[in-house]
Amino acid sequence: MKKVVLALAAVVGLAATGAQAQNYPTRPITMIVPFAAGGPTDVIARIVSDHMSRTLGQQIVIENVAGAGGTTGITRAAQSQPDGYTIMMGHMGTHGAAPALYPNLKYDPTKDFAPIGVAAGTPIVIVARKDFPANDLKGFLDYVKTNGDKVNMAHAGVGSVSHSTGIFFNSVVKVKPTMVAYRGTGPALNDLMGNTVDFMTDQIVNVAPQIQGNNIKAYAIATPERSPVLPNVPTTKEAGLEGYEVSAWNAVFAPKGTPPDVVKKLSDALIKSLEDENTKKRLLDLGGVLPTASERTPEGLQKLVESEVARWTPVLKAAGATAE
Amino acid sequence: MGDFFSNLSLGFGVALSLQNLGLAFLGCLVGTLIGVLPGVGPIATIAMLLPITFGLDPVGALIMLAGIYYGAQYGGSTTAILVNIPGEATSVVTALDGHQMARQGRAGVALGIAAIGSFFAGTVATLVIAALGAPLTGLALVFGPTEYFSLMVMGLVFAVVLARGSILKAIAMILVGVLLSTVGTDLETGEERMTFGLPFLADGIDFAVLAMGIFGIAEIMRNLDHTEHRDVVRQAIGRLLPNKDDFRQSYKPVLRGTFIGAILGILPGNGAVLGPFASYTLEKKLAKDPRRFGRGAIEGVAGPESANNAGAQTSFIPLLTLGIPPNAVMALMVGAMTIHGIIPGPQVMTKNPTLFWGMIASMWVGNLMLLIINLPLVGMWVRLLKVPYRLMFPAILMFCAIGIYSINSLPTDVMFIGLFGFVGYVLIKFGFEPAPMLLGFVLGKLMEENLRRALIISRGSMETFIERPISAGLLAVAAILLVIALLPSIRKGRDEVFTE
Repeated sequence: MKKVVLALAAVVGLAATGAQAQNYPTRPITMIVPFAAGGPTDVIARIVSDHMSRTLGQQIVIENVAGAGGTTGITRAAQSQPDGYTIMMGHMGTHGAAPALYPNLKYDPTKDFAPIGVAAGTPIVIVARKDFPANDLKGFLDYVKTNGDKVNMAHAGVGSVSHSTGIFFNSVVKVKPTMVAYRGTGPALNDLMGNTVDFMTDQIVNVAPQIQGNNIKAYAIATPERSPVLPNVPTTKEAGLEGYEVSAWNAVFAPKGTPPDVVKKLSDALIKSLEDENTKKRLLDLGGVLPTASERTPEGLQKLVESEVARWTPVLKAAGATAE
Repeated sequence: MGDFFSNLSLGFGVALSLQNLGLAFLGCLVGTLIGVLPGVGPIATIAMLLPITFGLDPVGALIMLAGIYYGAQYGGSTTAILVNIPGEATSVVTALDGHQMARQGRAGVALGIAAIGSFFAGTVATLVIAALGAPLTGLALVFGPTEYFSLMVMGLVFAVVLARGSILKAIAMILVGVLLSTVGTDLETGEERMTFGLPFLADGIDFAVLAMGIFGIAEIMRNLDHTEHRDVVRQAIGRLLPNKDDFRQSYKPVLRGTFIGAILGILPGNGAVLGPFASYTLEKKLAKDPRRFGRGAIEGVAGPESANNAGAQTSFIPLLTLGIPPNAVMALMVGAMTIHGIIPGPQVMTKNPTLFWGMIASMWVGNLMLLIINLPLVGMWVRLLKVPYRLMFPAILMFCAIGIYSINSLPTDVMFIGLFGFVGYVLIKFGFEPAPMLLGFVLGKLMEENLRRALIISRGSMETFIERPISAGLLAVAAILLVIALLPSIRKGRDEVFTE
């Protein structure tokens, strides 16, 4: 059905391209979120698109197309009609780590998109089970280095944020803990709290409540500044770990070939949304980090994607991580 | 104890406000109506309806979403009973005897007992959550991969032990189910297994696709080839509600089902799916005449439906007390809470007591709403069966296609229900039962992943399964069940758990 609608839209679009773009948007916009409803990316997409809808005067409808670490949804969105009526929420995994993880990836994050802007990032926190025998990051790093593969590291499956950032951690610290895979963050956290596994790296949204509730302990947050949500958790730099700064960013993209004035309208709406007090508060409450002024622009996002692909590819390739 | 009552009264104060009552009602109604669509289970329904709660305050929004959840869950059972299409794993069991009852003109009784059993289970589960929620949380944490694997082994032994007739066929079907569950990307290594390079198989086969094909579509094909059976469902409508006899037969199964379901519901990683299966197995084992099962035994609906609903409620415990979602639906609830500015976690109880206790009280209110909505709807659903089958089946097919597409927005899913439907039809023709296969499919994935996880953590030592007391206990129960099954004298009394 959607295909038919899209095909019709394409025909209509060809007939009146100029007028179409000027009046854009004249009907609801679909935002493809490549993960299941309820996850961090989905939540951020819903918060940001809520205000964008009001600016654009048309509803942005979230469509969750999950699968293969988010690449299923992004592939579909990348191949859709570039008329501004299908946009997507990509993230660190789909537009940074994916080229290394999926050799048969059907899109190139740096070339096949019209970037709109970064919506929000969620910092990565290094967490361990409550009774782990180390009280600060330094002690933790020493322990992991000494005990090698006797330490169990949990992650939420190949291609997940906790997996990529975990491998990155291992390569920065030069350790090889035993990796234990879970299907999603929930079960992994459950076993971390049950003392079955030792540590993991994950997004602040997922772990902050457990840290505040003293169910797990946090050694450091991998951002340049501390988070207001976890004021007592030092940054990796403060705690003496250089080179491990990572945040799971989420950003809005349109398919390549989307008319520039449509991109402009979307970009303006995103920037306006991020300036809205209510949107800001909701994102910050999650522990989210608002993008810098330049990251909010299409050019800034393009730069970010290029640097992220360059950062992740060697790290993941060296670890032999692949999802195919 | 004083705390208990003051907490509950705080909760009811919130849940019984006019606005929240209305939201609970609306949620249950919408959930029921959408959940009735074949294949549209609670996850799809909540995801679809999430945006409409944006304008509400968090408590109201969550009460409404929880209502949608129970509603959709219950709606799924309605579809299972009426047209033999289980929308999710937990309603597979309901389809077994529920649909047989419908064929015998007792659809109303089946729907009625399902509603009443669910209400009772929901009431008990609400009290359990309010009184024991916090202490029970520990149970979820004790269950690591090792315990989980042993639990799954026990689950599979249930199916084998109670399979009658051709035990070989039952085992074969379970193994096929386990095999199907291994399709997709390997969790530990990220390698693709048995996907033939097809991208839509990379994430494995969706349960709803398999169940809808093998049950629903196969059922339609079978109905179409048996002309004499074609209109059997609409022949006699019979009573709409259960009578005294039905209640006498059902109350014990309801009690036992509630107990089993409530405990399994707390377990992480979808432990609740075992609830209805365990309840069905137990009822059949206890029954004087186990042969009635699979031929429209009311106990086979009452017990599992109660277990299902009790589990659905108690699976809120890890979410509310820890902020850890035990299954996909609860993960969605986490998202809903976060969108409304409440990050679920251990602090919710102290930081947002009105939300916490309001939610709990609203569970009971929601269950009551469900009863109020569904008892009158029973008549409507049953009348639906009077529609001639030649008009009915194209509609069912269409709704199946729409429903399955709405879950993942994948056209291949729609094609797959056709394929599985054909396979299911062939299986029925050769006397193989699809239910053990579905159980194998559901448990297979959990079993494999937890086995590997447990062995990775134990560094390959199998002893871990015996060293840990809970795991050892579960394995012992499984072993005893197996031995009983293999003793020839008892074997004669064995009857199949899954009968078409």
